[in-house]
Amino acid sequence: MTDAEVLVVGAGPAGLAAATELARAGRQVLLLEREEEAGGIPRHCGHYPYGMREFQRLMRGPHYAARLREAALATGVNIRTRTTVTALLPGGKVGITDDTGPQTLSGKAVLLATGVRETSRAARLIGGEKPGGVLSTGALQGIVYLNHQRPFLRPVILGTELVAFSALLTCRHAGIRPIAMIEPAGRITARDPAVWLARLMGIPIRLQTDIAAINGRTRVEGVTLTGPMGVEELATDGVIVSGGFRPEASLLHGSHLEVDPASGGPVIDTFGRLSDPAYFAAGNLLRGVETAGWCWSEGRRTARAILSALDGRLPAPAGIRLNLSHPALKLAVPQMLGAPTPETVHDRLQIRLSQAAKGRLRLMQNGRALVSVRVDSLPERRLTLPLPPVTDTAVLHLTLDETP
Amino acid sequence: MIDFGPADGLPGFDVAVIGAGVVGCALARAFTLAGARVVVLEKAVDVLDGASKGNSAILHTGFDAPERSVELACIREGYQLYHEVREPLGLPLVRAGAMVLAWTEDEAAHLPALMAQALANGVTDVEALTHAQARALEPALAESVKAGFRVPGEHLIDPWSAAHGYLAQALANGAVLLRQAEVLAGRRSGGVWHLATTAGAVQADLVINAAGLWGDEVDRRVTGASWFTIKPRKGQFVVYDKTAAALAGHILLPVPTNITKGIVVCRTAFGNLLVGPTAEDQEDREHATVDRETLQALIRRGCEILPALAGHEVTAVYAGLRPATEEKEYRIRADLAEGYFCVGGIRSTGLSAALGIAAHVLRMAGRDDVPLSDPEWPVMPNISVDGDRDWQRQGHGGIVCHCELVTRREVEAALTGPMAAGSLAGLKRRTRATMGRCQGFYCSAELARLTEGRLVQPMLDAATPRVAE
Repeated sequence: MTDAEVLVVGAGPAGLAAATELARAGRQVLLLEREEEAGGIPRHCGHYPYGMREFQRLMRGPHYAARLREAALATGVNIRTRTTVTALLPGGKVGITDDTGPQTLSGKAVLLATGVRETSRAARLIGGEKPGGVLSTGALQGIVYLNHQRPFLRPVILGTELVAFSALLTCRHAGIRPIAMIEPAGRITARDPAVWLARLMGIPIRLQTDIAAINGRTRVEGVTLTGPMGVEELATDGVIVSGGFRPEASLLHGSHLEVDPASGGPVIDTFGRLSDPAYFAAGNLLRGVETAGWCWSEGRRTARAILSALDGRLPAPAGIRLNLSHPALKLAVPQMLGAPTPETVHDRLQIRLSQAAKGRLRLMQNGRALVSVRVDSLPERRLTLPLPPVTDTAVLHLTLDETP
Repeated sequence: MIDFGPADGLPGFDVAVIGAGVVGCALARAFTLAGARVVVLEKAVDVLDGASKGNSAILHTGFDAPERSVELACIREGYQLYHEVREPLGLPLVRAGAMVLAWTEDEAAHLPALMAQALANGVTDVEALTHAQARALEPALAESVKAGFRVPGEHLIDPWSAAHGYLAQALANGAVLLRQAEVLAGRRSGGVWHLATTAGAVQADLVINAAGLWGDEVDRRVTGASWFTIKPRKGQFVVYDKTAAALAGHILLPVPTNITKGIVVCRTAFGNLLVGPTAEDQEDREHATVDRETLQALIRRGCEILPALAGHEVTAVYAGLRPATEEKEYRIRADLAEGYFCVGGIRSTGLSAALGIAAHVLRMAGRDDVPLSDPEWPVMPNISVDGDRDWQRQGHGGIVCHCELVTRREVEAALTGPMAAGSLAGLKRRTRATMGRCQGFYCSAELARLTEGRLVQPMLDAATPRVAE
């Protein structure tokens, strides 16, 4: 007895795309979402550009989220909101709680698509006090786009990943005027178009600068900056702590499923399958942040692997583990590689760097490069490597030979 | 001119307790249950906003307290009383036990004296541990541990629900809590104290100063002089992710020095792992800041004690201020003729000793009120890992804080009643909302909605105009 053939945990772009694909194939899908509405992060990301890959048109986040939701409902996906998954149990059983209390649901397969969150102010060990007005981009966008509230008027933004510029757009929408963007590294992380936005808005970007302390007892009154010019006090009424995305993998930590310490997400094979073959994962849970379109596509492809699994057509788990052999290599997904089949979801290795690096990436086995590619990249940027067929069972290494 | 005129409709009280920290809350409870009409005066928007908001949350046995001290007597009695009240008040107890560990030969040489002190203090169940025994009990301990001893009675509690529970019981039995009621001055006439506060005048026969970090200042404002000086001592802490809690079953204590119990590694009642505190003297009584270098030093120390900690994430950091004085001993003094008590200099052991201090002060007061024969025992909602949580029952309205599984019903309850949260910090202490891994990434917007217009100190600045829809 199962409650649905497939349980999908998390109704962001990956979960919605997967659920829709599964339902379209005639499968009974129950999509569990802990927020009051399905849609995920785009729900409170009120700016462009969403939807090009999925709907061939430019949309704002909330509109895009609504379209994904409608598509899922139209194909017969059962969406249960305000339902929180509390435990992942062996064999495709999940513990949940909602207003009616706790319950255990069971599916033939479970897809985890719980997304990401930003690194908190605490985890970055920013000093000072704990006044109100220190928010992640996610929290800021919820407050601005869902509540129509304005938490501050002249904040500073910490970080220059793409999301920092998304925070900038949110601020512009809300009539909030950031006074500076602060970046500890020597370069801006995001690519050019985003940077122009800061220039257009006349917001200075302070490189090689960090927020040492946030000051103010009840409300932010200022920040202490450390940078090339020494220590500086800057008066401000808020701090947006942006980026440093990490998988929202809390459920994995309490479970029997294997977690990859490098990515912080689950260990998956090329089918998006976890250490318990009843479980699959897709979207930002795998590796930190990617675009909504990427997650949507990954969800859809993973749904096809789940369909094969339900039909008993997926090869038995037999991947070869990939080892990361350079400190600049932060993560690589999937972690278990194997021979490609028509059901393969991940035909490219997704890689992130922990520090800027230049050189040649190689996937090595038996002292021989199976594939190699030149890299010149910054942390948090998308980096992929086409996956060759891996048929030998010898140890796999991902190496990076740096060139000056 | 200070106005001593009567506040709106407030009756005269038997006892005015100044300060709603854990000691003030315990005092309010003890005097209320003993039959006195009690008012609690708190200058902040919420209770537990001073020294009681940040500590290590250990229920100490007193094994290492100074022999024959008032502090020891209060810890011992407080420890017993906590065990008596915790079930009826619904307060958690995580029976962790502690290990005092020596990391150098020099420290190991101190162990026998510490064990002897424990015996002298009435903590008779301590057991010596060799290097091998320590590591057998706690396999994640670093190889370099020399020796130690075990103190089975040291436990973990929820530092906030304990104090909330004491105060809730006082309020349920007739006590009155006034917040934003900073005591400005005092005058005694006709055997009655007239206190001028920022919330109006208050009259009481007996005044108990439990003002913590402001103890000396309140002494001066009420009586014109103070017999001690508060010397705030800051402690910084690092809270690790719940994944780290499996690394230490026991509370891991170092060999203490004269100044501090040293850096402790222990679980929390909420299932995290704590490293801290530091001991840093400062002048400032309001601002408890953390700084990156010190936090990094705590992380290094934590990893020296438990090498596997290196792979775990930091969830939170915080700093607390201890109301230390020129002396180590508690500064408790009674002036029976003047009806004035000072309960000052209650440092980090205050959480363990609070109920004992209250019983001690109640005896000193020697009042002849008629104790309540059948008092109310309000049950505190459990938010610790020691027992069922609200999300496990029906009708909770859904989860608001996903990391800590805080329900809408819990948030609603914390925003209601005579002890309703006055700030986000107060709401966090009552529910744990935003205290988990994401630190408010997911639930801040929802909390801003739920708390709008309901917190004295709002989450978002109320003066800031809204965004056009």
